Amino acid sequence: MVVSPAHPAKAGWTFVKPSVVPGFGLTFGYTLLYLSLIVLIPIIGLFLKAAQVPLEDIVRIATAPRTLNALRVSFGASFIAALVNIVFGLIVAWVLVRYKFPGRRLMDAVVDLPFALPTAVAGIALSTLYAPKGWIGWLVSANGPLHLDWKIAYTPTGIVIALIFIGLPFVVRTVQPVLEEFEAELEEAAATLGANRWQTISMVILPRLMPAILTGFSLAFARAVGEYGSVIFIAGNLPNVSEIAPVLIVIKLEEFDQAGAAVIAGIMLVIAFVMLFVINLIQAWARRRFGDV
Amino acid sequence: MKTTATVLAVGALVASIGLAGVVTARAADQTLLNVSYDPTRELYEEFNVAFAKHWNETTGNTVTIEQSHGGSGKQAQAVIDGLQADVVTLALEGDINAIAEKAGLFNADWRGELANNSTPYTSTIVFLVRKGNPKAISDWGDLIKDGVEVITPNPKTSGGARWNYLAAWAWSNQANGGDEAKNIEFIKALYGHVPVLDTGARGSTVTFAQKELGDVLLAWENEAFLVLDEFGADNFDVVYPPSSILAEPPVTVVDKNAEAHGTAELAKAYLEYLYSPEGQTIAAKNHYRPSDPAAVTDPALLEAFPKIDLISIDDPLFGGWATAQPKHFGDGGIFDQIYTPQG
Repeated sequence: MVVSPAHPAKAGWTFVKPSVVPGFGLTFGYTLLYLSLIVLIPIIGLFLKAAQVPLEDIVRIATAPRTLNALRVSFGASFIAALVNIVFGLIVAWVLVRYKFPGRRLMDAVVDLPFALPTAVAGIALSTLYAPKGWIGWLVSANGPLHLDWKIAYTPTGIVIALIFIGLPFVVRTVQPVLEEFEAELEEAAATLGANRWQTISMVILPRLMPAILTGFSLAFARAVGEYGSVIFIAGNLPNVSEIAPVLIVIKLEEFDQAGAAVIAGIMLVIAFVMLFVINLIQAWARRRFGDV
Repeated sequence: MKTTATVLAVGALVASIGLAGVVTARAADQTLLNVSYDPTRELYEEFNVAFAKHWNETTGNTVTIEQSHGGSGKQAQAVIDGLQADVVTLALEGDINAIAEKAGLFNADWRGELANNSTPYTSTIVFLVRKGNPKAISDWGDLIKDGVEVITPNPKTSGGARWNYLAAWAWSNQANGGDEAKNIEFIKALYGHVPVLDTGARGSTVTFAQKELGDVLLAWENEAFLVLDEFGADNFDVVYPPSSILAEPPVTVVDKNAEAHGTAELAKAYLEYLYSPEGQTIAAKNHYRPSDPAAVTDPALLEAFPKIDLISIDDPLFGGWATAQPKHFGDGGIFDQIYTPQG
């Protein structure tokens, strides 16, 4: 996944590197087989299925306003959710690493819950909370004590909330180990050299965290793009407004149109791949710029 | 779904090995898989117990009946992909047709094999409203009054929702003297009053009953009564519109699977028992309209079904599923058109 030249000094590549540990052929063969069975063959199958569709139909499906709107909702909401997660995930990781307080281990375990919870359960729980009659939904509704008239569930905002929920652990768990490696001396050194607090954060801490934050961002983003189970319960699924692309895929499948479903899936895959590739390039740049952490 | 299919396939394998082992024993123990749609869960739980008892009494054999429930279209897809169903009892004729067409597991003329177009029970679509009916909703036209929010699932992903849509269409057709443009306008206005399009009937029920969203739920008759049982009759009222749709959820034996499992006779007997006095009575008890009301042993059960005008999918207005499905719900069909942005 990482395309960065981690050791730029060794330009060019050699197929077999001299190593004290034997077994290159075996492990390389295993890697190829494993990746093929689990990842490559299903994806090739997907594109073969999509290739059965005549080109003009692919273009028609891809450029239909409803498809474009669904892709916009899917990728837009995932992007916003991942952005929110890197801000608050970073704070959560910071608190968990830097402070000792009662219940810290419990809170640490809670972070993993979105991994373990069936996404449908998460979706139902969130939509119950954020629906106009739910605890939080009522607080911010026109009838609530705050008179805000905010609608969260059954709008794109609801989708973002669900995606923040499922993406949170990715950011926390990638940033946390890097933070644990941080020496407090670095910050002290920055302070003795005359840096104020903001300078310490923005010029010493954040740059070193950058690669980990970007990894967390791309993991959370990729996970959110493919999410279905939790989103359908809170989205409202109104075409052109709060309908995500995976719902369109399910609709195609209900019509027994597997090829049409594969076309939309293929479009999503290509967009996601391009976005992840760009993020990887930024990451590689960040590593060169701020050093490997 | 795939894993379920695998587990079931392994289960079927184990069962058939077990079966081979006890072939010499006096009583055979068989397993039957009934693949059905969401709202029939309670119906078949009760019916399976009754049938197992009946089968044991008449043949001396014991039978274990497994049920699988899910969205009707998804269930059909699972059977096409290899879920080893002995019988299918789905929401739509079209879904069963798809199995015949795509997987060839039984004849395309399966509808003629059992009585009443292979429909042992029927149902209809009714309104479930908040207690006291505060928005005064009594007919389909009331659904598009200002300030009324309607809860119904997406007809593209839910079999039940297609009946909701067609019932609304039928009403509009009568009210507007058969003007199709006005029907489309009505349907468009109706879905403009829908704040949430859930993907399945149960999802909509939860949205309406538990999350208290919307003023009226378009629901299967049996599902509406289930909500009364589940969430309390003092919170909701069932409203019967003067006219609605005759929903005919059909059943059939999946011949090739049943032959492979050696359950062909059992599967046929299972479906036929749905038409027996006991089967019809259990259907009525679970708020499905029996296809043979005379067979119901307790006439009081029948009084729970008010007589309303029911229009069939085979009416010339719709021309059967084969015509109605692509016209209304196909790719680019009327339902897609009402959600296509103008301009």
